[in-house]
Amino acid sequence: MKRHVDFYLTNMKIALLSQFQYRAQNYFYMIGMVAEPVIYLVVWSTVARQQGGTVGGYTAGGLAAYYIVWTLVRNMNIVFTPYGWEERIQRGQLSAELLRPIHPLHGDVAYFAGWKFVVIVLWLPIAAILALIFRPVLHPTWLQVLVFFLSIWGAYLIRTMLLALLGMIAFWTTRVGAIYELYFALELILSGRLVPMTLMPAGVQNAANFLPFQWTFFFPINALVGQPTTAELLTGLGMQALWILAGVLLVNLVWHFGIRRFSSVGN
Amino acid sequence: MPTPVIQVTSLAKHYKVPVREAGLKAATRSLFKRTYNTIKAVDEISFTIQPGEVVGFLGPNGAGKTTTLKMLSGLLFPTSGAPDVLGFQPSRRQADFLRQITLVMGNRQQLAWDLPALDSFELQRAIYGIPRPEFLKTRDEFIELLDVKDLVKKPVRNLSLGERMKMEIIGALLHRPRVLFLDEPTIGLDVTMQRRIRSFVEEYNRRNGATVLLTSHYMADVEALCKRVIVIHNGRLLFDGDLAVLLDRFSAYKTIGVTTGGTASWHQYGEVLGQEAGRVTLRIPREKTPEVTARILAEQKVEDLTVEDPPIEDVIEKVFSQESAEAK
Repeated sequence: MKRHVDFYLTNMKIALLSQFQYRAQNYFYMIGMVAEPVIYLVVWSTVARQQGGTVGGYTAGGLAAYYIVWTLVRNMNIVFTPYGWEERIQRGQLSAELLRPIHPLHGDVAYFAGWKFVVIVLWLPIAAILALIFRPVLHPTWLQVLVFFLSIWGAYLIRTMLLALLGMIAFWTTRVGAIYELYFALELILSGRLVPMTLMPAGVQNAANFLPFQWTFFFPINALVGQPTTAELLTGLGMQALWILAGVLLVNLVWHFGIRRFSSVGN
Repeated sequence: MPTPVIQVTSLAKHYKVPVREAGLKAATRSLFKRTYNTIKAVDEISFTIQPGEVVGFLGPNGAGKTTTLKMLSGLLFPTSGAPDVLGFQPSRRQADFLRQITLVMGNRQQLAWDLPALDSFELQRAIYGIPRPEFLKTRDEFIELLDVKDLVKKPVRNLSLGERMKMEIIGALLHRPRVLFLDEPTIGLDVTMQRRIRSFVEEYNRRNGATVLLTSHYMADVEALCKRVIVIHNGRLLFDGDLAVLLDRFSAYKTIGVTTGGTASWHQYGEVLGQEAGRVTLRIPREKTPEVTARILAEQKVEDLTVEDPPIEDVIEKVFSQESAEAK
């Protein structure tokens, strides 16, 4: 355990050092990413104003808060992608990682977690500017702030597992891109990324309850900007823990068979 | 007799590869009926390596060298034959096994590109759980041996190929592995850099008693480091023994160099390879070398005389061509 903690801390430090080298690139990437929520925000604020000030229980200020927090949650959701897995498997980089006495997934989780600290520091000025322009309204309790802080890391872990599962398809096929696009479409609709889940039809909301996506977007955002009850907050964290656990089990299962195939074919 | 560090019995790796003719018709047919060829990358090879041995693993491209190293380091499942390395079955990739080996591939990049190598070494420490005092001692010892005190502080992207290779080797050995699999560690490097890395491996082996299995296309590496060589071709083992025995068995000729003040017809002694400024080089059938040497010394005014084996590259080429001829 002590060895793993040391590995995580060192890897996170390496990620911090590396990503600060790329601070300009990181910044441009984050600024580019802001375009998506700003479009959603402008559209839904217009709809809210035309409907007498609210839409689905959200005021213009509430929607501004939703989409500004969205920008941080989206950045927390950036993990090692299936494209990265494809390259790692096909170009043989995985071989070098397999020679280490630690599972490669630990390296991914640690490295991207370290990167998040750079992201948070870079995000603060962007959030401040967006807040000045769009005037968000949010009054979170301390419990909401705490749950939000925990849930953005829960979201990070769930998405890490989901995309690792997708990425490991590259053990069997040379092209995972198409499947990733399909995943992306599902996530857009079922996660709260496009619109808050409460604005979605009841059928979609029901379906989302049985899927992992909303726990990576809607739940963390709503935990901070909505009015969830304590029970809803704790249930949400519990659901995140369940999806992380399911993800870990599935990743291990797929890894077990995938790595057998990799070791049979080689690279 | 100590327990062998590496024990390989009838080790094989076969690949099933889809094949088809060129053209649309063949491509369409292959959608419904695929034809496969079985490639025997490694075909039933056996050998053992004792603790502390440095063994050269030789063969042309595609001979099966890298495939064998990958099976021994646990990256590939063998088709048959379970190799034993340090008492472990490599393909199980147990942490205790991985902590005792390293595989260095000349064309692989392990270090963080944008950071000084010192940062990547720190990550290696954490990966292998090396106690800090031991880590610092090893790191500083290697830095001194390879003379890279200033280089370790520069971002890796600013280093030359040879300098990067030095860093890669330090990173790969920080956990002081007992078994080193080195796959073309000096590929693409200039002569000075090759020599530096070679002497580092030699020193590491001497200080730590580590076992080394090395592939290289540079025969200077093999000659300097390996007393014993294993030669494979088309996945099959052709020779396993002392380098000197290999040279003895497969070199039909020796080269005699004579420095002389006199003039003579040197063709009477053998094939004249070169003659200039009082220096003559002759090629003599191996079995006639003692007799011809004696004659030259008796009949000519000799200032200096050397007898040399042919370049090892020529010998290895002969091993392969002889094997190919036998296969036909």
